[in-house]
Amino acid sequence: MDTGNNTAKESEKQMSTIMKAEHISYSYPGDEEDRPVEALRDVSFSVEEGEFVAILGHNGCGKSTLAKILCMILQPGEGKLYIDGEDMTRDDITEEDINKGRRKVGMVFQNPDNQLVATIVEEDVAFGPENLGLAPEKIRRRVDWALETVGMTKYARHATHRLSGGQKQRVAIAGAIAMRRKCIIFDESTAMLDPHGRKEVMDTISRLNREEGITVIHITHYMNEATMADRVLVMQGGGIIMEGKPTEVFSRAQELWDAGLDVPQTTELLWYVRQAGYDVALDIFDPAACAAEIARVLKGTAHGRDNT
Amino acid sequence: MKADIAFGQYYEGNSFLHRLDPRWKILFVIFYIVIIFLAKNIFSFALLILSAIFLTLISRIPLRTILRGLRPLVFIIFFTAIINIFWLKGDTVLVDWWIIHIYLEGLINALLIVVRVVILVAGTSILLTYTTTPIALTDGLERLLSPLAKIHLPVHEFSMMMTIALRFIPTLVEETEKIMNAQKARGADFSTGSLVRRAKALIPILIPLFISAFRRAEELATAMECRCYTGGKGRTRMNILHSSWRDVAALLALCALCAGVVLLNIFAPGYALAL
Repeated sequence: MDTGNNTAKESEKQMSTIMKAEHISYSYPGDEEDRPVEALRDVSFSVEEGEFVAILGHNGCGKSTLAKILCMILQPGEGKLYIDGEDMTRDDITEEDINKGRRKVGMVFQNPDNQLVATIVEEDVAFGPENLGLAPEKIRRRVDWALETVGMTKYARHATHRLSGGQKQRVAIAGAIAMRRKCIIFDESTAMLDPHGRKEVMDTISRLNREEGITVIHITHYMNEATMADRVLVMQGGGIIMEGKPTEVFSRAQELWDAGLDVPQTTELLWYVRQAGYDVALDIFDPAACAAEIARVLKGTAHGRDNT
Repeated sequence: MKADIAFGQYYEGNSFLHRLDPRWKILFVIFYIVIIFLAKNIFSFALLILSAIFLTLISRIPLRTILRGLRPLVFIIFFTAIINIFWLKGDTVLVDWWIIHIYLEGLINALLIVVRVVILVAGTSILLTYTTTPIALTDGLERLLSPLAKIHLPVHEFSMMMTIALRFIPTLVEETEKIMNAQKARGADFSTGSLVRRAKALIPILIPLFISAFRRAEELATAMECRCYTGGKGRTRMNILHSSWRDVAALLALCALCAGVVLLNIFAPGYALAL
């Protein structure tokens, strides 16, 4: 009952909107004489249940502010936020309502050290369910399930401070999913990790999304991570400037560069190949496939153009 | 190794002692300390030594680990031994040379006091800190003190503070090291000069450490809020502490030890402790 999670993507084709932001604006109060600093301007988007959405943006584009609003740490200055159909920005909202929203939407932060509460892995994962006031046996089942899902069962009794960055983040993810959330926001959760840890965490995130049907909102500035998403939102200067499938978004390489962002290395390479006059597709993110694409056009020119 | 100084005493294991209920263990340690101070003559001390050996054996902690834990005490042990050997007067003179008079009583007294200190430290750490995780310890303490919550003492808050402190000690130790290295790389000197100078040299370490600790605290508070933490009210725990036959057995053993020590004090002849 508690562990039988069959909400794989197929079974919920009749998708419902888990999160909807309408015209959200936010300004940080300025100190003393400074004017308030505008962080978000008229941001609107919605996320369907089971989706994997990446939010891309340069430093200071407002993506972290957006994350804080989405998990109800900050209240937007203007606009509406709906979580699972519930208006989280209405005037008469109580602490209890916000907590109800937080049971549905969780967050994994950037610094793995500053989000683990307990010294032992499984105690930390249990922290959330304990706050919900669940029965001990139920907490135990959830913790075991969560640790297994992120592949940390072996480390259940280990000390949290001895783990690597990637492992700490996986524990944090386990802590977030142990509350049986529908949606998890990753606020640059891979930014402080080494390449190995980053891969570990990304694998875990995509597995959560694929196998457990958990909605993922992944905020990042690594382009390669965004290619794994179903949909990419690109932010600049507090607003969303692009939205679409990764293949669509990254095909617009010039616009991304203008926004001060990178494109995946494969796309960049293919873009230069195209500039050199070869007809290659830009929306390829796998290095092997990219090599194959370049080989294809090079062979094509050697033997005369072949059709597509 | 570096990050393990503070509370890194816990020795991973699954022995009889490891599996005792931490609530009981805290009480057992207090009881054991009382028993140690009850012992008065060499026979009751012999029994104490036996009990300490027994504790070491059932804890399955290597003797080396336990001895290493005693190392910081060497000076105190040595000092009290010297004082007792040279200053205590008795009837049987062993050495009488110039101003040095050593009596058999002084020697025995010194020996007993050394034994007492060693057992006090080794015994309590085997019973408690080596075999109980810090988290179980705070947990046990919280529950032992939970009746006090009825008179509005913040027992849950206190134990949450302890838990977080334990969690962040290694992190902050690591951070201190990083900052020290960073300041050393900029030419800071922590090890020479007068005491005042050295104290002043700590300021460039403490300020960044405090700033980062406050930032960490804020982030942690946010993270806890995101995980629906609203204080102790309505919160349950995953691990429920259970008393078992082990706790009863340990209690009985301690009672027997106490009785043995008292009986030996009364009925066995021997050199009594002068302190």
